[in-house]
Amino acid sequence: MLSTHLPALQVVLPLASAPVCLLLRHPRHAWACALTISWLVLAIAVMLVQQVAATGTISYAIGAWATPWGIEYRIDMAGALMILVVATIGAVVLPFAGRSIQQEIRKKHSGLFYTCFLLCLAGLLGIVVTGDAFNLFVFLEISSLSSYVLISLGCTRRALTAAFQYLVMGTIGATFILIGVGLLYMLTGTLNMVDISQRLTEVADTRTIRVAFAFVTVGVSIKLALFPLHLWLPNAYTFAPSVVSAFFAATATKVGIYVLLRLFFTVFGIGFSFVAMHVGEIMMLLAAAAMMVASLVAIFQNNVKRMLAYSSVAQIGYIILGISLASRDGVAAGMIHLFNHALIKCALFLSLGCIFLRLGSVELQDMRGLAKRMPWTMAAFVAGGLSLIGLPLTSGFISKWYLVGAALTDGYWPLAVLILLSSLLALIYIWRVVETAYFQVPGAGMPLVKEAPASMLIPAWLLIGANFYIGVDASLVSGIAHQAAGILIEQGVR
Amino acid sequence: MENLINDVLLGLLMITGFAIVRMKSLLGVTMLTSIYSLLSASLFVVLDAVDVALTEAAIGAGIATVLMVATVALTTDEEKVPRHTPLLPLLVVMATGAALIYGTLDMPHHGDPLAPAHRYVADSYLHDSPVEIGVPNVVTSVLASYRGYDTLGEVTVIFTAAAGVLALLGYRTRGRNIEAAGIRKQVVLRVIAKLFFPLILLFALYVQFHGDYGPGGGFQAGVIFATGFILYALAFGLGTAQRLIPSQLLRILAAAGVLIYAAVGLESMLLGGKFLEYRVLADDPIAGQHLGILLIELGVGITVASVMLIIYYGFVSRRH
Amino acid sequence: MSELLGHYNYWIVIVLMMTGFYIVIARPNLIKKVIGLFIFQTSVFIFFISIAKVEGGTAPIIEEGISVYSNPLPHVLILTAIVVGLATTALGLALVVRIREAYGTINEDDIHVQDEER
Repeated sequence: MLSTHLPALQVVLPLASAPVCLLLRHPRHAWACALTISWLVLAIAVMLVQQVAATGTISYAIGAWATPWGIEYRIDMAGALMILVVATIGAVVLPFAGRSIQQEIRKKHSGLFYTCFLLCLAGLLGIVVTGDAFNLFVFLEISSLSSYVLISLGCTRRALTAAFQYLVMGTIGATFILIGVGLLYMLTGTLNMVDISQRLTEVADTRTIRVAFAFVTVGVSIKLALFPLHLWLPNAYTFAPSVVSAFFAATATKVGIYVLLRLFFTVFGIGFSFVAMHVGEIMMLLAAAAMMVASLVAIFQNNVKRMLAYSSVAQIGYIILGISLASRDGVAAGMIHLFNHALIKCALFLSLGCIFLRLGSVELQDMRGLAKRMPWTMAAFVAGGLSLIGLPLTSGFISKWYLVGAALTDGYWPLAVLILLSSLLALIYIWRVVETAYFQVPGAGMPLVKEAPASMLIPAWLLIGANFYIGVDASLVSGIAHQAAGILIEQGVR
Repeated sequence: MENLINDVLLGLLMITGFAIVRMKSLLGVTMLTSIYSLLSASLFVVLDAVDVALTEAAIGAGIATVLMVATVALTTDEEKVPRHTPLLPLLVVMATGAALIYGTLDMPHHGDPLAPAHRYVADSYLHDSPVEIGVPNVVTSVLASYRGYDTLGEVTVIFTAAAGVLALLGYRTRGRNIEAAGIRKQVVLRVIAKLFFPLILLFALYVQFHGDYGPGGGFQAGVIFATGFILYALAFGLGTAQRLIPSQLLRILAAAGVLIYAAVGLESMLLGGKFLEYRVLADDPIAGQHLGILLIELGVGITVASVMLIIYYGFVSRRH
Repeated sequence: MSELLGHYNYWIVIVLMMTGFYIVIARPNLIKKVIGLFIFQTSVFIFFISIAKVEGGTAPIIEEGISVYSNPLPHVLILTAIVVGLATTALGLALVVRIREAYGTINEDDIHVQDEER
């Protein structure tokens, strides 16, 4: 009986436990509550993936109201993959959070931190599973508002300005999405995404729908930090608490990309998005610019967190590049990279969290000779870095292999060159850290630090392990991604 | 006549909007924003959206204004003249506006009864909700039942705001009574506040429980309830208000409202229905719908009222 | 001409929206930015409620003898959106208060200068 309710429980469980977390007075209790819930959420996610794999797309009518009158939860293979990413990252970073938050956030705030974390988790999952355009807006706002709070809890005053900047840009994005949904509703009379797509065929060739498309696309692009709308991201990731950066880098922007996939393929269809609106060409151009410009900027950063933030903007470019090809191989490559990059970037930010715990800084100059003091942490960073560059036997290699393959199949050989060039830039910025930590001697006044505790190293190494596993045997991820891409393309061609 | 009022209100909105752009005193801007909100509430009445009008008046012109005034008091009233000419923003805004106007060209006309928006889902709400739910106010039916899940999300959003304000501003458990010193000397204001306080609370209860039949519901009621207490706090000082409703109680209530809502959903699951399927809550489906709507509106009202007060306490108890 | 009469309502609402949007992106004062967002969002609400209007209709509360009602669905959406908007405004203002305490100013340009100095 329970198994039929999994889609609802997936979101309601973290959502309803957030208020409970607020009432728990002791920080340890709040942490334990959040941790338990995040593992339950992961268990539900795994069961849902199995269900989708066995029976195909799941639909759950909330309140038992038939679509389009009620709100529908709808999970297909692409959604299942996203749930898995979000739930896994949530379950992995919370054990890490226990120690890290204790140091980075004032004690009286830690209950609120876990409350907001659960709300953000619920919001992100809600965005993925919902089949309703307005419900998506509501859950987007739950995740966004809780993100602003989580970022503002960072320990410097710049966390406040970063959160404010994100709040302003995020709200503009959300309002753009709201305008777009309003225009779509105006001409179709419905809010259910599948229903919109069916009724859109008659009215697609109107100026109103074109504008609606432009507004939702721009709104979502702000949320996923597509170049050049990424301006909120570097500050937000740099000044947020370490756990928050790790969680967001792996989930928040990725969920944005998923919404973009839903829009282009499920709601508007390939014919409208890629042929009539030429979104493929535009996205390809922006993605290429992101890969080059953001990687270049990353090289010149001395704050390693900021360096990784710019690297994220570049990596989002890779994912969008795959999607912009609008082919089964391209979309699949994009989704494989989405999955792999979530694991890698989370691991990298977690290892920076370990460094921050001991050093109280993530500036490059403070990390001189750190590899001798914190060998496991630095090894995790290097392993993640190798994957970011895309060396063989890492998951990054797999993503780039599929991406280059998809680009070449469609005859875009300059893109393949760009991918290699951008990887070279990644090599440079990762090398800067490696050189400082391994080959420089620590300065005279540098504190003698210990290795990070196991509770923080294990989550990072779990992700690194997964990364190497995928690097050797990518069949599972690639299978799911190709199946998901197949479904999306099928929905897109009509 | 209706069209004339509509046009006048739109004209006033434009004038207010432009004045907000130009005015440098932030307190003045805050007042104009409140007027802007009140004007749009009036426009909503003309456009037949009475529930929305009530909410906009209470939230936009009421609570939001209080928060803005508090922020101006805590920061500064002066806006510095920008150093650079805002040419790029102007271009972006022009382009966005032009795109939207381009989009209007294929829209159905304003008020057209044959527009697709009115002919499909909304039409069946109007026809079927009296039979399926049995509540005259269709807005309540859609809000609480057909799209009840959105409303759960909305309660969660406002709960998130409370958590955020608590994290950012915190609150002192013992407020001092200095804030309203100005008003406290004004006997007339205090007498009126005392007179109005019970009336506002009574009206809030009316709005809460009459939402099935007329405009109103948990949101509006919650906000009005909170307004009553804000008035009380203004007249008699924050400390007195906090003795009446302590901050810790507010925290519990804010959480309780969300939990009541979620519990109704889970209970309907346990009774064999889907999440938030109210008809399984009682033997008769219509009675089940009524019970479900009553309970979730109660949850909404409790959370909204306590969150508004948490936010208010947060801003007002903040002093350097 | 009928084109103009049918759409001028929407055009005014678009002007209102853009007024708010302009305040957000052109003004360096943080309170003004939050107010800009508020105006922007409120104007989008007016846009939605305009969509819901049916000529000759009345408020969607079912009564004997009335057959034409305005569309209730956008009303429901906007009720939700108003509350979301308030949540955003409250958080934004709370951030402004904290920024003022940390920087001594709420002017974006001045804050930028202070950040660059360090």
